[in-house]
Amino acid sequence: MMAEAGLAALWLAAAMALLQLVGGMTLLRGGAGQLVPLIKPAAYVQGALCAFAFLALMWLFYVTDLSVLLVASNSHIDKPLIFKLAGTWGNHEGSMLLWVSVLSVSGAAIALLEKRIESRTLNATLAVQAFIALGFFAFLLFASNPFERLVPAPVEGNGLNPLLQDVGLAFHPPTLYFGYVGLSIAFSFAVGALLTNQVGPAFARAMRPWVLAAWIFLTIGITAGSYWAYYELGWGGWWFWDPVENASLLPWLAATALLHSVSVLATRNALRAWTIMLALVAFAMSMAGTFLVRSGILTSVHAFAVDPERGAFILALMLIYTSLAFVIFALRIGSVKQGEPFQLISREGGIVANNIFLSVILAVVLIGTLYPLAAEAMGDKISVGPPYFNKATAPIAVLLMLGLLIGPMLRWRRDDLKRLKYWFIGAAAIVLWSGIAVWKFAQDIGLFPLLGIALSLALAVAAWLPLRGRKLLRTPLPVFGMVIAHFGIAVSVFGMAAESGFSSETLTALAPGESAQVAGWQVKLDDVNPVVGDNWVAVEGQMHAVKNVNAFVLRPQSRQFFKPEMQTSEAALLTRWNGQLYAVIAQPDQEGDGRWQVRLWWKPFVSFIWYGGLLIAVGGIIALLGRMFRRAKKPAKDKWQTT
Amino acid sequence: MRMLAFTFLMLATPVFAQGSGPTPAFANRQLPDPAKEAAATKLMHSLRCIQCQGQSIADSDAHMAGTMRAEVRQQIAAGQKPEAIRGWMIARYGEWVSFEPDMKGAGLLLWLSPLLVLIAGIWLARGLFRRGA
Repeated sequence: MMAEAGLAALWLAAAMALLQLVGGMTLLRGGAGQLVPLIKPAAYVQGALCAFAFLALMWLFYVTDLSVLLVASNSHIDKPLIFKLAGTWGNHEGSMLLWVSVLSVSGAAIALLEKRIESRTLNATLAVQAFIALGFFAFLLFASNPFERLVPAPVEGNGLNPLLQDVGLAFHPPTLYFGYVGLSIAFSFAVGALLTNQVGPAFARAMRPWVLAAWIFLTIGITAGSYWAYYELGWGGWWFWDPVENASLLPWLAATALLHSVSVLATRNALRAWTIMLALVAFAMSMAGTFLVRSGILTSVHAFAVDPERGAFILALMLIYTSLAFVIFALRIGSVKQGEPFQLISREGGIVANNIFLSVILAVVLIGTLYPLAAEAMGDKISVGPPYFNKATAPIAVLLMLGLLIGPMLRWRRDDLKRLKYWFIGAAAIVLWSGIAVWKFAQDIGLFPLLGIALSLALAVAAWLPLRGRKLLRTPLPVFGMVIAHFGIAVSVFGMAAESGFSSETLTALAPGESAQVAGWQVKLDDVNPVVGDNWVAVEGQMHAVKNVNAFVLRPQSRQFFKPEMQTSEAALLTRWNGQLYAVIAQPDQEGDGRWQVRLWWKPFVSFIWYGGLLIAVGGIIALLGRMFRRAKKPAKDKWQTT
Repeated sequence: MRMLAFTFLMLATPVFAQGSGPTPAFANRQLPDPAKEAAATKLMHSLRCIQCQGQSIADSDAHMAGTMRAEVRQQIAAGQKPEAIRGWMIARYGEWVSFEPDMKGAGLLLWLSPLLVLIAGIWLARGLFRRGA
C-alpha cells in the first residue's frame, strides 16, 4: 500500500508542478491569469506530497518491504537500522527522489517565507522551480521509479554490502545533492528576476541564503570526500582529479564565485548581469556534476555508476534547462540596467578579480575533464590527469591568493592602494621571510609548494585584517564568517603545500621484528595477526612507531571481504600536531621469506587541509546565521528601489 | 567518493589481478638513491595504470601497476631520462598511458586554454570599470 501511496503522491506532486508552471506562463503573458493565485498553494502542496513520497520510501526501507524492487536490491533484513534508513538514498532512484523532494520542500519554504521580492518575481521563481522539478519528476516516473514492485518478493534482500555500511558514506552523497539543489534554487531566482525585470539588491538578498547554504554543503561534502579517499585508498593521496571529484569541484567553484558577486549585488547594486550569468553557470555545473556521476560517461575510478540510458536523460535535462536559460539571458539581458559604477581599485574590483580567477580554474577543470571525450570523438585516445590539472590551476590559484591578500581590505566604489602601503610592506616581508626560510630548509622544494607556504602564512594574517578598527561586538556576523572562511583557505593551502613539498615515503617489506624509518620515525613491525570481522578477515600489522622518546602503537589492516569479494587497506593514521604518520600493510612479499609489504608516509601538516576545509564551512555557517538573524531583527530596507 | 573505493576494491579481486606472476623487484621497493627515487615517483604519478580506471601507477594495488612501477624504476636507475621513459611507455601502451598530454597538436590547445580563458575573462570584465574610471 505504502509504495502505491508514495507513487500516487509523486504523480500528484508532478501535477502541482505543472500547475505552477502553467500559472507562471499566464503570469508572464501579462494576462490577468486566474491561475496565478494558485502558484503559491500549489508549491505548498507539491512540497508536502514530495516529503510524503520520500517518507513513504523511507518507511518501506524501515520495515524492509522486500516486495519493493528497490528495497529488495539495496537492503537486507539483517542490516543495522541506521543503514536501512540511509539505504533510502544510497541508490540511484532514492537519491533522485531525495533530490526532487529537497527541491520541492525548498520551493514551499520560499513560497511561505520569502517576503523581500515582489510577488510577480516570486511567482515566476516558483514557476521556474516547478519547471526544473517537472524534468526530475519525469525522470523518476518514467525512467527510475523508486516504488516499483517485485513479484515474487525475495526472502532476505541483496544489499548487505559491508562497504556501504559506513556512516561517512551514508551521508556524503546527500550532502553534495543538497548543494546541487541549493544552486538550482539560486538558478530559479535568477531566471525569475530576469523574466520580471527585477534584477537588483532585493533579489540578491533573497537568493543569497540559498547560494550560501548550497556552498556550505558542497564545501563539507568535498572536504569529507577528500579525507575519506585519503584514509581508505591506502596510497596517501587526498585528491586525484578524478572526473567524479571534478564533478563536485565544478559547482563549488561556480558557487564560490557566485557567493562573492551576489554580495556585491546585494550591498552595492553592481554586477547585475554578471551575477545572473554566474547563477546560470553554477546551476549548469551542478547539472553537469549530476550527469558526470550518474552516467559514468568518463572513464573514472567511479565507473561502476555506469548507466548510459539514465545518463542520456540527465544530459537532455541539462541541455534543455541551460540552453533555455541562456536564451532567456540573451533576450533579457539588454533590459537589465547597468549597476552602480565602481573603479578598478575597489572592493568590487577585487571581487571581479576573484570571479575571473575562479572562473578560469573552473574552465580549466571543465575543459580538462571533457577533453579526453572530445579527443576520443576525433579518434585520439588521450588522458588528462593530475600533472595537467596541477600545472594549469596552480598559477591561477597563486593569483587568487595574491588577490585575497588585498581585496577584503579595499573600500567599496573606489580606493587608493597608497592607503594600504604599510600592509603591502608587511605582506611582502612575511612572504619573503617565510619563502627564504623554507628555501634554506629545503632547496629542492618546488616553486608552488614554496609559494603556497609563503602566501598562506601572509594570508593567515591578512584574513583577520578586515576586523581591524571595528568594534568586535558590533561587527556583523557575516564579516566574522568571511574572516574565518578566508583564514580557512590559508590553513588548507598551507596543508596542501606542506604535504606536497615535504612528504617522506618509505616502501619496504618487513618480517615481524624488523623496522623501517621514515622522516625520523622508527617504525617496528612487532607482529602480524589474523583478525576476523563480521564478514571479512584481515591481516593486522601491529607496529610501534618511535620518535625521540614517544612511542605509539599503529594497527593497519589489509581486509578481505566476502560477498562481494573485495580487498581493502585500512591505513593506520597517527596524528601529531605537525603532521600524520600513515602506515599501510599490504600483501605478503612475493619472495616468500615471511615479509610483508609495508608502506609508510610522514605527511607534514596534512590534516590542515581538512581543518581548513571545515573552517571555510564554519565561516559560511556563521555568515548564514548572521543573515538570518539580521533579517529577523529588521526587514532590509532597500535604498535603491526608492530612487 | 564512495565509488572510488568500489572500483579500487574490485581491482584488487583475483578476476582483475591477471598475470599474477612474480612481482618484479622494484614494484614495491624504492631505489636506493633518493634523487633517482624522487624522479621516478614524479614520473609514476603522471602515468596511468592501464588496467585500472583512472589511477596513476603510483597509487594502485593492481599487478600491472606494479610491473610498470618496476619498469620506471629500473630505467631511471639505468640513467634513462624521465621524458624518454614516458616516450617508451607511450610507444608501448599508446598516448592514453600519459596523464600529461603533449604540448603539440590537440594538446597545445589544452595547455593554452587557461591563458585564453583568462584573457577572455579580463576582456569581458573590462566593460565593468569603464564608467567608474
